[in-house]
Amino acid sequence: MSIGKRLARIGLPRLIVNLTVLVVVALWVMPTLGIFVSSFRDKDQLTVSGWWTAFSSSERNEAGRLGALDLMKQDGPLYVISGNVLEGKPGSVSAFGTKAVAPRAYKAGTEADLGDGIKLAINSDGSYRYTSNAPFTEDNTGRRIYLAVATPPVFTMTNYHNVLTGEGIGQSFVNSLTVAIPATVIPILVAAFAAYALSWMSFKGRTLLLAAVVGLIVVPLQMSLIPLLRLYNDVGTFLGVPSKTYAGIWLAHTAFGLPLAIYLLRNYIVGLPKEIIESARVDGAGDFEIFTKIVLPLSFPALASFAIFQFLWVWNDLLVAMVFLGTDKDKLVLTGALNALLGSRGGNWEILSASAFVSILVPLLVFFSLQRYLVRGLLAGSVKGG
Amino acid sequence: MLSQIVSALIVMVVGVFVAAAYFYLTNRALDLALPDKGDVVTASRNLRTRAMIRPWLFLGPAVLLLTIYLVYPVIATFILSFYGRDAQEFVGVSNYIWAATDAGFRQSIFNNILWLAVVPAACTFFGLVIAVMTDRLPWGNFAKSLVFMPMAISFVGASVIWKFIYDYRGEGQIQIGILNAIVQYFGGQPEVWLAIPFWNNFFLMVILIWIQTGFAMVILSAALRGIPEETIEAAVIDGASGWQIFWKIMVPQIWGTIATVWTTITILVLKVFDIVLTMTNGQWNTEVLANLMFGWMFQGGGDSGRSAAIAVVLMIAVTPIMIWNIRRANEEMKGR
Repeated sequence: MSIGKRLARIGLPRLIVNLTVLVVVALWVMPTLGIFVSSFRDKDQLTVSGWWTAFSSSERNEAGRLGALDLMKQDGPLYVISGNVLEGKPGSVSAFGTKAVAPRAYKAGTEADLGDGIKLAINSDGSYRYTSNAPFTEDNTGRRIYLAVATPPVFTMTNYHNVLTGEGIGQSFVNSLTVAIPATVIPILVAAFAAYALSWMSFKGRTLLLAAVVGLIVVPLQMSLIPLLRLYNDVGTFLGVPSKTYAGIWLAHTAFGLPLAIYLLRNYIVGLPKEIIESARVDGAGDFEIFTKIVLPLSFPALASFAIFQFLWVWNDLLVAMVFLGTDKDKLVLTGALNALLGSRGGNWEILSASAFVSILVPLLVFFSLQRYLVRGLLAGSVKGG
Repeated sequence: MLSQIVSALIVMVVGVFVAAAYFYLTNRALDLALPDKGDVVTASRNLRTRAMIRPWLFLGPAVLLLTIYLVYPVIATFILSFYGRDAQEFVGVSNYIWAATDAGFRQSIFNNILWLAVVPAACTFFGLVIAVMTDRLPWGNFAKSLVFMPMAISFVGASVIWKFIYDYRGEGQIQIGILNAIVQYFGGQPEVWLAIPFWNNFFLMVILIWIQTGFAMVILSAALRGIPEETIEAAVIDGASGWQIFWKIMVPQIWGTIATVWTTITILVLKVFDIVLTMTNGQWNTEVLANLMFGWMFQGGGDSGRSAAIAVVLMIAVTPIMIWNIRRANEEMKGR
C-alpha cells in the first residue's frame, strides 16, 4: 500500500491536496511556459503585452496622420479626404482621437464633430472619411490623429528562423552536439572497465582507490581550472597546436564525469549475481571475456542512466566550455551563446526566448523520453545505504 | 556544419574503437607475455603475475585521467595560491590576507552562506512536501514529472527564463515580466528586482530552488515508499494524527536520505556559478565565490594566485562533506 493510501485513511482532505499540487505544478511550469509562448509571438506584440495575454488580441495606442491636402476631393458641397489609417497593417481600430491627451476620445465607426464644420469618421477596418464645409488649408502633411489599434494574436516561426541563421544559434547547436556526443560515450567505456576491476578483481589498494573515487566526486571544478588551463596552454605551445580544441574539452568532460560514472557503475556491477561470474570463471573465461560478454550487457540500465546524466551535464555546462573551448563565436556552445546574447541582446525577448528554447529542447526531449533511467540513476547515486 | 557533426560522430566511433582496442590489445599482450603453459611452476607464477597486473590494465585510463584532471590540479591549485599573479614568485599567505580584507571576497562569503542557509533547506522541504502530496494522487506521477522537468534545463537557460519573469519596464508602461505585472495589478510600483541589494540574492536563489526541488522530490519520494508499512499501521492504531505520523514516524525513518539530499544540494550551491554570471555577473552585491574566482582567472590578464586562493576556500568548504561521503561509502562496502 502506498503512503498515499495510508494518509487517505488517516483522513487528510483530498481536495486540498489536489488543489495544492495543482498550484505547485502551475508555479513550476509557468516560467518555462512563458519563454515557450513568447518564442512564437510576433516581435512587436511581445514588447507591448505580457505573454499571458498572447491568445487575446493586444491593444495599443498609435499615432498616425490623415492624408495630405493633395488627396482632397470635392463631393457635392463637402471637401473630403479619405483613405485608410492602417495602411495595410494588420489589426483593427477600436477608438480614435485628435489630441494626444485623449487618444481614445471617439469610438470607431462613429463620426466625430471637430468643430467649424469639420468631421472625422474612422471605421474599425481603418478606412476614414475626413470632411469639411470649406476646403482644407491648415495642414500640408496631413492631420495628426491617435488610434487605439487592436491586433489579433500573431504566432510565427520567424524568431526561430532568425536565431538559427542570424544569431549563430544554429552553429552553436552543432557545436553543442559536437561536444556532447563524444563526451558522453567515451567516459562510459573507461568507467565501465574501471568499475568492473573495482568490483570483481582483487588487488592491493582497491579500498583506497574506491575511497579516492568517492572523494573526487565532490571536488569543485574550480580547483581544476587554473592548473589545467596552464597545462593546456603549455601542451598547445609545445606541440604547436591550438590549446582550445574539441579534443581538449572531450577529455576534460570525460575526466570530470569519471568519478560519478565509476561510482554509479561500480554500485551496479558489484550487485550482479556472483554465481554467473564465478561459473564463467570456472568455464575458463578470462576477465576480459567476462566483462565484455556478461557484465557489459547486464549493466545496460546503469550505463543508460549514466549516459543521460553525462549528456545533460555536458549539454548544460557553461564553465568547462568557456574555459576549455573558449568564447570565440564559431566555437560557442549553446549555453555560451545564450550567455553572450544576454549581454548583447538584453531586452530582445523574441531572440532570447527562441534561443533559450532551442537550447533546452534537446535536454527536454531526453528528459521526457528517458526519465525512467534518469530517476534510477539518481537513486543509485544518492540513496545507496541512506 | 554537417561536416562538423560527421567529424564528431567519427571521433566518437574512433574514440570508442581506440578505447576498446586498448583494452583488448593490452589484455592479449598480457596473456601472450605471460603464458599459462609450460612447466607448472612457471605457469602458476605467470598466472599470479597476470592477476596482479590485469586490474591495472582495466583501471589504467581512468586512473590516468583522474590523476591529470583532478588529483594533480588540486595539489597545483594549493601551491599556486601561495604564488603571485603570474605564478612566478612565492608570496606566502598574502593572497589569503588579501581575501580576508577584500570587500568583494567578504561579500561573496556572506552571499554563499546565505545561499547555503536557504537553498538546500528550501529544496529539501519543498521536495518532501511535494513528494508526500503527490504520492496519493492518481495524477501524482504526471505532477512529479513536471516539477522534475527543470532538472533538465541548464542554469543558463533557467536564467533566461527567470530574467524574463523579473523583466522591468519603466513606470506607467505595460510590464511584460510577470512579477512586475502582478505587482502593478495589485497597485504596487514595478521594481528592478535584480538591483535591490540583499533581496536580489533571494531572487537568484529561487532559480536554483526551482531546478533542484525536483531532484529532492524524486529521491525523497523513493525513500518514503521504502518505509515499512507496520510502523505507520502501529501509529494509526495508537491514534496518531496525520501531522504526527509525518513528523514522528516518516521523517525520522528517512533521515539518512534527507541528509544525502541536503549535502548533495549543498555541494551544488557552493559551486553555483552560471546563475550569478548570467543574471547579474555579481553586480548589486550578488557576488559568490565561484563567480569571483572565475572573474579573477581572466579579468585584467588574470591573477592565478588570488583565483587559486578562492578555489582553495571552496575546496575547504566541501571537505567535511567529502570525508562524510567517504566514510559512508566505506561502511557500505564493508558489507560486501
